[in-house]
Amino acid sequence: MSSIRNHFSSLHDLREKAPVFLAVLFGISIYASACNLWLPEDSIFYVSTYTITLLGKYLCYALLALAVDVVWGYCGILSLGHGAFFALGGYTMGMYLMRQIGDRGVYGDPILPDFMVFLNWQELPWFWYGFDHFWVAILAMILVPGILAFVFGWLAFRSRVAGVYLSIMTQALTYALMLAFFRNEMGFGGNNGLTDFKDLLGFNLQSDSVRVALFLCSALVLALAYCLSLLIMSSRFGRVVVGIRDAEDRARFIGFKTENYKVWLFVYSAILAAIAGALYVPQVGIINPGEFSPLNSIEVVVWVAVGGRGTLYGAIAGALLVNYAKTRFTAVFPEAWLFALGALFVGVTVFLPQGLVGLFKNKKLPWCNRKKTGEEQS
Amino acid sequence: MREAERPLVFLRFKFIDFRRLNGGIVVTYLVKRFLALMLLVFSVGSLATAVAETDLRQISQQLVGAKLKALPAIVEQFETGGEEALPLLDAMLNGRLFVRKSDKLIVIAERQQDGDYALVDALSAESLSPSPKKRLKKVKVNNRLRVQLREVIARITLSSDDPDIRESAVRNMLNKMSDRNIAMLAQAKKVETDSTVMALIDLALAINVLKTTDVQAERLTALEAIDGSLEPIVFNTLSALLAQDDAGNNLEADTAVRAKALKIKDRIQQKIDFYELMEKLFFGLSLGSVLLLIATGLAITFGVMGVINMAHGELIMIGAYTAYVVQLLMPNSLEYSILVAIPMAFLVAGTVGVLIERCVIRFLHGRPLETLLATFGISLILQQTVRSIFSPLNRQVSSPSWLSGSLDINPIFSLTYNRLYILLFALLVFFILQLVLKRTSLGLNVRAVSQNRSMAKAIGIRTEWVDAMTFGLGSGIAGIAGVALSQLTNVGPNLGQAYIIDSFMVVVFGGVGNLWGTLVGGFSLGILNKFLEPVTGAVLANIIILVSIILFIQKRPRGLFPQKGRAAG
Repeated sequence: MSSIRNHFSSLHDLREKAPVFLAVLFGISIYASACNLWLPEDSIFYVSTYTITLLGKYLCYALLALAVDVVWGYCGILSLGHGAFFALGGYTMGMYLMRQIGDRGVYGDPILPDFMVFLNWQELPWFWYGFDHFWVAILAMILVPGILAFVFGWLAFRSRVAGVYLSIMTQALTYALMLAFFRNEMGFGGNNGLTDFKDLLGFNLQSDSVRVALFLCSALVLALAYCLSLLIMSSRFGRVVVGIRDAEDRARFIGFKTENYKVWLFVYSAILAAIAGALYVPQVGIINPGEFSPLNSIEVVVWVAVGGRGTLYGAIAGALLVNYAKTRFTAVFPEAWLFALGALFVGVTVFLPQGLVGLFKNKKLPWCNRKKTGEEQS
Repeated sequence: MREAERPLVFLRFKFIDFRRLNGGIVVTYLVKRFLALMLLVFSVGSLATAVAETDLRQISQQLVGAKLKALPAIVEQFETGGEEALPLLDAMLNGRLFVRKSDKLIVIAERQQDGDYALVDALSAESLSPSPKKRLKKVKVNNRLRVQLREVIARITLSSDDPDIRESAVRNMLNKMSDRNIAMLAQAKKVETDSTVMALIDLALAINVLKTTDVQAERLTALEAIDGSLEPIVFNTLSALLAQDDAGNNLEADTAVRAKALKIKDRIQQKIDFYELMEKLFFGLSLGSVLLLIATGLAITFGVMGVINMAHGELIMIGAYTAYVVQLLMPNSLEYSILVAIPMAFLVAGTVGVLIERCVIRFLHGRPLETLLATFGISLILQQTVRSIFSPLNRQVSSPSWLSGSLDINPIFSLTYNRLYILLFALLVFFILQLVLKRTSLGLNVRAVSQNRSMAKAIGIRTEWVDAMTFGLGSGIAGIAGVALSQLTNVGPNLGQAYIIDSFMVVVFGGVGNLWGTLVGGFSLGILNKFLEPVTGAVLANIIILVSIILFIQKRPRGLFPQKGRAAG
């Protein structure tokens, strides 16, 4: 634990780490984009649009994992409800995309989305107003999860709900939201969610170039979030947060208002998750209440645990690795995926408490240190 | 037909010429004559029923190819057949009456497992060889006919020996009060001995008086007679008495009758409200007992040991599947398989629990968040294992007959036996667990280890062993909960997932480490849910409860009954 703390408490490391990470991230994404756009389809280096979308999806997951790592790895708050913020961000984006469909829907109503026409609704519910403007959607994407996280965190941290209790509460939160969004009366499309999107800011979502742009955008946002998080974590605020993780009582006795630190960190993390969700929706083309399911949120925690928490790049690597494995596994043996995921949960927690990053870090061998940078590429 | 002809053969003896017979022959003749007489006496008895059956046969044969319009008249004729016609009428009411196409025989058919229909002669109850569906033609019934059938069955069964059957007969007649029925009821009243049936008959007659006479005194007495009865028909009659037409004029002219009817109706309404409240309370308690059952095991593993066992739901599922397997293993005694399933489920789920503890959880002591993740992984593995073995489809565990049906307290309030038994069972499990924890040496060790692990170790308690046993105990109880759940819902691989959040809510709400808190928590959440449900709908009630628990925990982070003292650390 202390080695990680020392590792990151100085700006020196930020300057050393970030360029490597950014170089790897941008290198791969720009290469993949270029191969998709400028190579002919029969070239062996051609990257299909499907792969681009898949990679874009992974990057969104990586951002979500980063958000979880910020609170779990650095502050010891195990949130089993980050999927809720992710989905809320996704829904705000989905609402904007829904309004962009206009009269191109199946029922051709210029204002009402299809599902509302189907439910025989006469007018738009109040909370859908303004979502035809992109900036409103962006504002809602930040405010809605942010306020929810603030209220929840403020209530929970002020009354010192911590540890397992907090985890179960966050799980209940996402479960309650899932039940709520499944109801048609909520006005978010019920079971089917929001789908059948046409375009974003006037660009057709189906075209290759928009897909690539979204993918690059995800990479950019992930890079920004990574740098911002690194910066925050190596600032005074970040060091207090780590102090709270290791000994909350002591931090409180010294005079820090620990709940304030936790609340703001939680809000920051929730907004990161929401941004991930908002980037995710236009790429996969659907958002439904299944995203709120507690299983999804727990899976995110496992990505972070596999990669190694409290390192940021570990979380990102974990998310990419596990999701790549999931794609491969579900294609080859769909039956075995849950076995593998379950075994991963058990194996990582029992044998690799520091995740893969910890595995390379604990062995003080020279070749392991070199391998560490290789880890980020995967 | 053959039976009906046989007596006629013996009657021919009458025409034998006596003068042509000598003594010996006469004796022989007399003996023969006596025997013949005896036979005659016996056969006349069978003759009467035989004739009735013949008539019934003729009536029933009219059903073959009859138009739906012609059926009421035919059904009416069956009444003369008395109880002999009951199976036929009953089968007709339930849509199980068929015509066999080959010989136009009226049969009662029951679908077998292989898809063919088992046939029984509708009148003689003689088993016939099974036949595929295409060789049968169903005797069609509509709703009007069903009402008539019920009425005819009621008239026939009114003279039954069994008071319960008479009661249901009267109740059926209550719904259709023709003059003929009233006359029959008045007749039946004279010979009735059972007080319940008597009261019902009185009720029917009183309602009839209210509907038909104009004499004020008689009507007032009739009103008194129906006072306090909870039969729906009474309430309807009173409502009809008090009804107003569109212009706001009272349909009932007599003010004295109206005033009295209003008073009685209010009183009955109060009673109905009260029993509706009781019913909601019972549903609440029933849901609470399910919550208690699923949370009790968790109260041990989470509350006492402090292990966050996310695989708890899957241990419940394993218990439910054990009930299913036990049922498959003993197909001949379905009635008692559930009694075998309870200890089996305890053992199976308990063993799995001990394995989980030994193989994973003991390496994660003092790291609750990691335990949470690891057990979640285990839950995924268990789910997928069950899915691979039993297929992802839902399985049904059949209920024994002593669990089905309901305890009728009055016409509007009844308790279904399965819910009642589960309520009692949950309490039983809870109290046995309390006993185990408070009165056995295992319980003492468990409490010692949960209060102060290192001190317990220092005085020689094998904490490792105690951990395994405690976890096994909690898991075993989860398995028992699974058996109970198998009686309420279908058994599927996702059974556990549906309950895991609920059970954590109950334990956290009640107060971790406090079994009584779990009891109070389970029941209060159950009752709250059932009282919210009619107002908000089921899903919203669930959401409201989740949110209010989240808020409650902010206010009292240690739950309803927090642990006090050193153990609270």
